[in-house]
Amino acid sequence: VKYLLIIQMNPATWESLSEAERTEIAEGQGTFMDTITASGEMVGTHALADPSQSAVVRGRPGASTVTDGPFLEAKEYMGGFYVVDCENVERAHQLAAMIPGTDRLPVEVRPVIFTAGYGLAEPDTT
Amino acid sequence: VTAGTEVEDLLRRAAPRVLGVLVRRHGQFDLCEDAVQEALLAAAQAWPRHGLPEEPVAWLVTVAGRRLTDLWRSESARRRREDTVAARQPSTRHHAPGADVDLLADTSSSAADDTLQLLLLCTHPALSEPSRIALTLRAVGGLTTAEIARAFLVPEPTMAQRISRAKATISAEGASFTLPDHDHDERLAAALHVLYVIFNEGYTATEGRTLTRVDLTAEAIRLTRRLHQLLPDDGEIAGLLALMLLIDARRDARTGADGRLVPLAEQDRRRWDHGVIGEAADLLARTLAAAPLGPYQLQASIAAVHAEAAGDADTDWRQIAILYALLERRSDNPVVTLNRAVAVGMADGPEAGLAVLDTVAGDPRLRRTHRPDAVRAHLLERLGDHAGAHEHYLRAARAALNQREKRYLEERAAATTPAGPIAPPDPDVVQS
Repeated sequence: VKYLLIIQMNPATWESLSEAERTEIAEGQGTFMDTITASGEMVGTHALADPSQSAVVRGRPGASTVTDGPFLEAKEYMGGFYVVDCENVERAHQLAAMIPGTDRLPVEVRPVIFTAGYGLAEPDTT
Repeated sequence: VTAGTEVEDLLRRAAPRVLGVLVRRHGQFDLCEDAVQEALLAAAQAWPRHGLPEEPVAWLVTVAGRRLTDLWRSESARRRREDTVAARQPSTRHHAPGADVDLLADTSSSAADDTLQLLLLCTHPALSEPSRIALTLRAVGGLTTAEIARAFLVPEPTMAQRISRAKATISAEGASFTLPDHDHDERLAAALHVLYVIFNEGYTATEGRTLTRVDLTAEAIRLTRRLHQLLPDDGEIAGLLALMLLIDARRDARTGADGRLVPLAEQDRRRWDHGVIGEAADLLARTLAAAPLGPYQLQASIAAVHAEAAGDADTDWRQIAILYALLERRSDNPVVTLNRAVAVGMADGPEAGLAVLDTVAGDPRLRRTHRPDAVRAHLLERLGDHAGAHEHYLRAARAALNQREKRYLEERAAATTPAGPIAPPDPDVVQS
C-alpha cells in the first residue's frame, strides 16, 4: 500500500532552530532515504520550494489568469514529501516517525489511491 | 525451433522445481535463487534457437548448479550477473517436443515436495507481507523482478531491493527447507493467505494501465491450482481454488463499458463464465463432502450460492446469512459481520440488517474504513430513509481507497438525493 508522508513546514519553527539542528534535520534525510531504500519501501521523494514561489492558475486554456499566492493564512505548508510502499498503515506511521525532525515539523500520513508515471506502467500502445 | 512464448511458459513452470532441488541439496536460498535466475536466462537465450533439451529440468539444474559453484568461489561474481552463462551450457541432445508431451510431468513426490516447501519458505513468518508476495511471485511464480514491480506499480529498484532483502532474511533465519510437522498447517495457511492477497490485488486493481500489468489474478489461480494438484486432499486449498474461480468467472460482467463498477445485483449473468462456475462447483461439492470445513470453503460456498441464482431476486440470502454466521465463528474479522448484516438485511429486511450492523460498527478495526458506512447507507436506502442513505454514501465515498468503488459510492449518493433506485453494495469488493 502506498502512502504519502507529507512534511509540514513551519517557517517560525524552522527559524527558531539552531544551525546544528537544521543541519541535523537536513542531513538526516539522507539516512532516512538509505533506510527505506534498503528495506524496499522507497517509491520517491520531492522537496518543494517556499510558497512565495507559488502561483495559482484559474480558468481554461486561452482564458486563464495567473496570480501570485496562495499566501495562505496557515502557519504550516507542505515542505516536501515521501511516497513509500509498505505493509500497512501502522508501518507507514512508523516510517513517518523515522523522518528526522518530526518533533518540530510534524508529518502527515495519507493513503495514495492512484499512481501512474515514473515509468511505473508502460504507455498504452493499443 | 521452439516458439519463444512456449519456452517462456516452460521456464516459468520449471523455475520452482529447479530452485526446490537446489535449495534442498545446498541450502543457501539467496545464492540458489540467483543461480536459478541465471540458468533461466541462459535457457531463454539457447532454447528458442537450439530446441528444447530432452530433460529441461535436469538441464536447468545442471546449469544452475555450476553457476552456484561460481557464486561460491567468487563473491564478486554476484555482480557479474549478465556474463556469458551461455558459454557453459551443457552439451545435451536437443529435439522438438511432441505437441502434447508435458516435459514437466514429473509426479514424483520429491518434485511435489520441493515446490510446496519452496512456497512455504517464500511465505516465511520473518517476512513482511509485501516481501512474501514479491518472493512468491518470483521464486514460485517465475516472474521477473520487472514484471512484479510493474504489477505493484513501484520502481524496479525498489522491488529488486525488496526481493533481495527477503532472500537475505530467509538465509539469515537459517530457515530449513523441511518444516517440522507442527508448523506445517500454520505455514500453509499463511501461504494460502498470500495467494489470496495476490488474487485480490489483481481483481480489485484500478491503478495504472491494466494492459501492461501481469495478470495477478491468473497467476494466483495458476499457483493455487498447482498447490491443489500437489495436495488434492487439503480442503482449504481446494476451497481457495474454488473461491478464486467463482469470483473470477464474474470478471467480464463486473465492469461496464465505461470502466464503471457493476455491482453483483446489476450484473448481466449471461456474461459470467458458466464453464468455470461448473468446474468450481464440482470441486467445492467434492471437497465439502470429504474434508473438514474451513473458512475458504465457506467463502467459496457463499460465492457458489450467488453463482447458482438465476438473478439477484432469486438469491438464497438466508443460506448466505447462515454461511456468514459459520464463517464468523471461525474468523475474528469484523468485515465478515458486515457481510452478514447485508445478507440478513436481504433475507429478513433492512431493520434486521441494521441490528447486526450495530453489533460491529464500533469495532476499532473498522474505524478508518468505508465499509460500515457503505453497508448502513445501503440498508437505510432499502428502508426508504434517503436522507440517511445519502449521508452515509457520501461518508463511505470519502473514505474509500479504491477509485472504482469511490466512484460507485458517489453515484449512489447522487441517486439518493431525493429518491432513487435501490442497489446493494458489491459483495465482491469485501475481502477477508
